[in-house]
Amino acid sequence: MATASSTATRSGKNYTSSGVEIVQRRRPLATTLTYVGVVLICLWGLLPFYWMIVTSFRDVGYTFDSTPWPTHVTLDNYATAFSTERGNHFGRALLNSLVIGAATTAVGIVVGVFAAYALARLQFKGKFYVLGIILGASMFPGVALVTPLFQLFTDIGWLNTYQALIIPNISFVLPLTVYTLTAFFTEMPWELEESARMDGCTPGQAFVKVILPLAAPGIFTTAILAFTAAWNEFLLASQLGGDRVQPVTVAIASFTGAQPHQEPYTAVMAAGTIVTVPLIVMVLVFQRRIVSGLTAGGVKS
Amino acid sequence: MSSTSGVATGEYAQGEPPLDPGRRKSLHDGSGRRAALLIGPTILLLAIVILYPIVTAVSQSFTQDAGLDPSTGMFVEGGFAGIANYRLWLLQDCGGGAFSCPPGTLGSQFWTATGVTFLFTVVAVTLETVLGLIFALVMHRKFKGRAILRASVLVPWAIPTAVTAKLWYFIFAYDGIANRVLGTEILWTGDGWAPKAAIIIADTWKTAPFMALLILAGLQVIDEGVYEAAKMDGAGAWKRFVFITLPLVRPALMVAVLFRTLDTLRMYDLPKILTGGAGDTSTLSMLVVDQVRSGFHAASALSTITFLIVFLVAFIFIKFLGANVTEQRAPKARKAA
Repeated sequence: MATASSTATRSGKNYTSSGVEIVQRRRPLATTLTYVGVVLICLWGLLPFYWMIVTSFRDVGYTFDSTPWPTHVTLDNYATAFSTERGNHFGRALLNSLVIGAATTAVGIVVGVFAAYALARLQFKGKFYVLGIILGASMFPGVALVTPLFQLFTDIGWLNTYQALIIPNISFVLPLTVYTLTAFFTEMPWELEESARMDGCTPGQAFVKVILPLAAPGIFTTAILAFTAAWNEFLLASQLGGDRVQPVTVAIASFTGAQPHQEPYTAVMAAGTIVTVPLIVMVLVFQRRIVSGLTAGGVKS
Repeated sequence: MSSTSGVATGEYAQGEPPLDPGRRKSLHDGSGRRAALLIGPTILLLAIVILYPIVTAVSQSFTQDAGLDPSTGMFVEGGFAGIANYRLWLLQDCGGGAFSCPPGTLGSQFWTATGVTFLFTVVAVTLETVLGLIFALVMHRKFKGRAILRASVLVPWAIPTAVTAKLWYFIFAYDGIANRVLGTEILWTGDGWAPKAAIIIADTWKTAPFMALLILAGLQVIDEGVYEAAKMDGAGAWKRFVFITLPLVRPALMVAVLFRTLDTLRMYDLPKILTGGAGDTSTLSMLVVDQVRSGFHAASALSTITFLIVFLVAFIFIKFLGANVTEQRAPKARKAA
């Protein structure tokens, strides 16, 4: 950091006056500003989410009440969300999303761990290109997959099947897992693997017995990110899926009301709350991990 | 950190004497074979799920849909179409020369969709970057309750985009809270600027915190000593921000901007659910999906155009604006430990 600090010193010198005093006098103000900022940021993140929860508890007749707390509290909206009377299949969609998310995450993690191990640990020709390909894949617009996959899945009779949603999801999740895991693996104490090898372990044994347990937190974090990404997918599911395998994102977007053209706002907010609360709980419990995973991978949300 | 140097120098630096060049080479080869075995499945999967569709889409975009030929009235089985599918979009040529697509058809919407996609990208990413930077600067300061702040910043990230879109659809409803609070009667999902603003606001809400986290990671690797030195020399807070923070956080910032830009260029869920394309808010991705229903081959051409736009923008970022994606991982990874 020697060069950086010397440049900073040089640029600093050009602007010396009574700066030091000003900086010290301003400190209480800076603290106040920080706390104002903190409150504003918390409100930014939480207010719309809070509004969703409040609305989900309002009686339908009071949908547009603007009191900051729920009036005429009811659980009817949650019952409506799960009701299949109007052709909505929200309960089933929840299960579908779980299946699709779990399968996508499992494949993404298992395949990703191998690739990330190689990228973090081995020296080989073309490493730069492999990283480039994986990064390029993560930048790929999902919409370019719609037409070819729709035709392919029509031809082989895969429309409205789980694999038709799981396989494309892997293309979104795999670059993310490889990238995040590579970042985690680069930080691992690989000397331990060396010493396990010295003690007579095969490379495979050394990896499974020594490295995998150490990597577990990183793998778990990556699994959360992968699952969240799969849980979020909408575009391909809306085109390649059908009623049977519809995930929650599509179900929520196509919720229908009691009468045609009537917006079932409160039921949708209830459904949204159900879909979001598990993720929020996960965020609260593992926030430190998730932040480190997001910033380590630096890949899309 | 010793592990970092171990990784950098690789297999043969540890334990193996680097004296015998033949031995060294064979180890290098073995490592390559192992690497190929380990990376193979990833590459294979990506080839199936991404490479195959690209190749299909590109080749399809130069052929025509099976159907009635309007000039002869005969049924034709597809065949080579040259650049007709591209002319449809780029020149809005629906068969009768440039700009022959009647208003309202998908072909006539191409430039509007391109314009609105870029509008969303430029405005939303700018807002997200500025807000993200401010958020990150606040979060970087030491105070009690950082955990609460980090968790509440992650809330918009954790909500699925489809749910976000429905939530803002409700907020922007005619009787919704946005109009109540603002004392307005705006049709947010109608015509004019309002639906565009609604999409930009919802997108900014969702992703500015994510941007803040990426920028914060960049801020945290800046050496405190640099600030101390500048303070000693009498640089005020603003000077320190402009001459130290901004240049040193630039790599992290550029990567965040790149990822957000590419995400916004391919945006689909949010405008689809929030406005459904009302008031000229159909993005390129929405246009592709709409076109799928009326002709695969023209849709393939449009998705190829979208892909090229995204690719070109990524290329410009990496080549000319110095977004260093592969090397950026190093300081970030250190922070993650």
